[in-house]
Amino acid sequence: MERPAWAPRGIDISVPSVSRIYDYYLGGSHNFEVDREAARRAMEFMPGLPKVMQANRAFLRRAVRFAAAEGIDQFLDIGSGIPTFGNVHEVAQSARPGARVVYVDHDPVAVAHSESVLAGNENADVVTADLRKPREILASPRLQRLIDLNRPVALLLVAILHFVEDQDDPYDAVAELRDALAPGSLLVLTHASYEGIPLPPERAGGAVDVYKDIRNPLIMRSREDIARFFEGYDMVEPGLVPMPNWRPDPASEDEDPYSYSGFAGVGRTA
Amino acid sequence: MTAEPDGPEDRLRRFATIWSRAVFPVTATSLTRPEFEQRLVPLARRLSEALRARTFEAAEGQAVGAALIGAHCTEPEALSATLDCVDAYLVLYCGGDGAQDALRARSARLQHAMAAGFARALRERTLAEQETIARAALQAQGIVADALHATEARFRAVFEGAAIGIGVADLDGNILQVNNALLRMFGGTEQLMRGRNVTEWTHPEDGAQVWRLYEELVRGDREHYHVEKAFYRPDGTVLWTNLTVSLLRDADGRPQYQLALMEDTTERRLLNLRLRYEATHDALTGLPNRTLFFERLDKALAAGDGQRFGLCYLDLDGFKTINDSLGHAAGDRLLVEVADRLQSCATAPGEMVARLGGDEFVALTTGPDTESEVDALADRIMNALVTPVRIDGRELTVRGSIGIVEGPAGERGPAEVLRSADITMYRAKSAGGNRYELADAEADARAITRHGLTTALPAALDRGEFFIEYQPLVHLGDGSVHGAEALVRWLHPQHGVLGPDRFIPLAEHTGLIVPLGRWVLEQSVRQAREWQERHSDAGPLRINVNLSPCQLTHPGLVSDTVDILERIGLEPNSLCLEVTESALIGADDDLLKPLRRLAEMGVDIALDDFGTGYSNLANLRRLPVSILKLDRSFTQGMQQFPADPVDLKIVEGIVSLAHSLDLAVTVEGVETGAQAEQLRLLGCDTAQGWYYARPGPPDRLHDLALVDATG
Repeated sequence: MERPAWAPRGIDISVPSVSRIYDYYLGGSHNFEVDREAARRAMEFMPGLPKVMQANRAFLRRAVRFAAAEGIDQFLDIGSGIPTFGNVHEVAQSARPGARVVYVDHDPVAVAHSESVLAGNENADVVTADLRKPREILASPRLQRLIDLNRPVALLLVAILHFVEDQDDPYDAVAELRDALAPGSLLVLTHASYEGIPLPPERAGGAVDVYKDIRNPLIMRSREDIARFFEGYDMVEPGLVPMPNWRPDPASEDEDPYSYSGFAGVGRTA
Repeated sequence: MTAEPDGPEDRLRRFATIWSRAVFPVTATSLTRPEFEQRLVPLARRLSEALRARTFEAAEGQAVGAALIGAHCTEPEALSATLDCVDAYLVLYCGGDGAQDALRARSARLQHAMAAGFARALRERTLAEQETIARAALQAQGIVADALHATEARFRAVFEGAAIGIGVADLDGNILQVNNALLRMFGGTEQLMRGRNVTEWTHPEDGAQVWRLYEELVRGDREHYHVEKAFYRPDGTVLWTNLTVSLLRDADGRPQYQLALMEDTTERRLLNLRLRYEATHDALTGLPNRTLFFERLDKALAAGDGQRFGLCYLDLDGFKTINDSLGHAAGDRLLVEVADRLQSCATAPGEMVARLGGDEFVALTTGPDTESEVDALADRIMNALVTPVRIDGRELTVRGSIGIVEGPAGERGPAEVLRSADITMYRAKSAGGNRYELADAEADARAITRHGLTTALPAALDRGEFFIEYQPLVHLGDGSVHGAEALVRWLHPQHGVLGPDRFIPLAEHTGLIVPLGRWVLEQSVRQAREWQERHSDAGPLRINVNLSPCQLTHPGLVSDTVDILERIGLEPNSLCLEVTESALIGADDDLLKPLRRLAEMGVDIALDDFGTGYSNLANLRRLPVSILKLDRSFTQGMQQFPADPVDLKIVEGIVSLAHSLDLAVTVEGVETGAQAEQLRLLGCDTAQGWYYARPGPPDRLHDLALVDATG
């Protein structure tokens, strides 16, 4: 029987969570043994996984600064997870004091954590919702309190779309969000891919299998498929590229080979 | 701050650069390496100062160690890389001119302090983060538990408050939970339900599929099914339900429970049954009605090989008289009594009695042996009607006519069968009633043709399918052609030429006789006028036209006739209207008035078929009649030689009577010369028959008259 719409997801902390695994990769302790165990298993296949996450965080930081420099002061971060450091509101509000940030996650633990982190921050909030149901995100009162959809928004889909299976229509969800955004909005996106991983695909596939085991499958998409998420956007230079290649800081030095796994890009609505 | 090359500040920065390069690869920070280095510069300065301070301050080293944690250098490798770097380069870049041994010892102590500070800060951060995440998990669980509780409460409210019965059982059929609505439906208590097993709930009316679907569901081969199912209540009564059963699976998709939703349809079903009964039964007698009868007949006629049917179609004889004389209430009681008796005649399986309406009943028998059974059924019905019915103290004798149709299934449709039964019943009735007749195809065909002709009549007149033939009337005295009788024919597109006996009664019945009669009159008069024009020397030819009883009473008879005669220009005394004797039996003055008016104008009126209607001879004086047409039955006896002497006497008497009343006598059916001679001797005036000419087209008569005039 299908779960009724009003029945919430349960919480089972004996099941690994991708948010907490992500936190572990980033050196955080917002995780439990099940999460660390899963992370360590994945790292047996891809020891450089933490560097991929770090590259994601570094890209996110650059992209948020770019958006702020472009004049955007509203940020919608879907799949925000457990903010350890370098979070969107920290980066955005230091670049543009008063910038408004709404985090969205479907993991109740991540949301509860964000609430404690954001306590006292008038211009940031968190919403429990699912990327697969964009209408619920857009209709949420917390979002509507902070974000004016008639003005440009930076929509952040960082390291989340590779957790949405094709059967759940990720392209439709992204298109629906795009249609709700005012002209001049930005889509900031990263996505996992076999392309760029400094390992043979079958070895990287071992890490992918771990995510399948924890019932949070990781969907590796080709660059071409990832580019389709930007339908209706004009790509911002340099386009869809490996994360370290997206507008690197002038003084950046040699990057870890793992940080070239997957793709990052920013698009602007017409 | 500008740094003098290789001055202390410059050397401090170089140390920070080396340090950041060593640590950066093992941090998770999102800062760039240069940004990270900027964060290390103040820490390097503190180390540098602590190295050269007069007294050793462990707290400084500890603070720097802790600050690494603050910069998200939480990996143990970050500490080890830091200590390597401090050990190798701090004294070198930041020691100045101090004594190397003392500086190295101080550096070592600083490193110990840094390690302790790092470890303490890491422990605190780890504990703090663990606490945060545990708290978040707890809080989230609380929120979810609240929501679940709310959900549960809502679910419980739905479960308990639902109007439909809900029950949950395991896959072995053990009932785990039922709601109040379900208990109410069954009229039981929860104790009574708990521990029961679904598979005990069989009912004789369960279709085979009910338990097959159940097995499929509990096996996990089916997600749900929907059936109409009956249950026994604990008190033995029957509960009818619309039942939907769904399979509940666990998170891994394994079948776990079965969920039953049931709606009590008992009352609706009873109501439906009652409505159905009312729709299919006759309110007066309680017998099945036409609808139900046709359903059964349909089924009987659609039955497979070897199956037959027998149908008795009963119509009470003289029921209308009873209704008219004793009233409808008595008539109704009679019908009820008859229905009861009929009911008792058809009690075997496959037999039924129904009332079609009025006093029409049918009895149906089905099966392989109806050939013999249907006769027995008809006998039983006739016997059942023998005993008089007592109503209001009167003994009423009930008689009926039955038409029987019997045959194999699968050949005829219900409408055809019923029509055949109806026709056969009428045959029984017209044979005197109080009997049964068996249907036969020929009689059916005739009756069916009659029906077809009746419906085709109106269009036939419009399409000009009628035509007229003329049969000469001959003077017996001199053998001259005196005139002709107009006889209407129908050139039917399928049946060919039909005589008046085939369609005039039908036209009478439908009233079409009036326009048809007018058409015949007009055509005939026009023809007579034409003959007179073409040979005025041969004396006026007369035309005889038949009038049907219906035309006689039509108010337009006189005016139509006058109009036609005047329009065409024929003298009234050239027209003779023939009226049958039976039409004038018991005629009153109102009926005779138009005939009288026509006679006064000079139109001859002939009494047709004279001698068949038992007319009061004395009455002949009263009628505006100038000619008697003797029926052919009188002349038949004269065809042989010698002629029947009784016939001769009768005809002689009639002729003498007619002549004494100043009436002319015409004879029909003259077929031989002997006959003609005999009739002439008896004093008949005119004759017609095959001996002279058969009816034919108008030109034939023209020729005859011509021959007669010249011969």
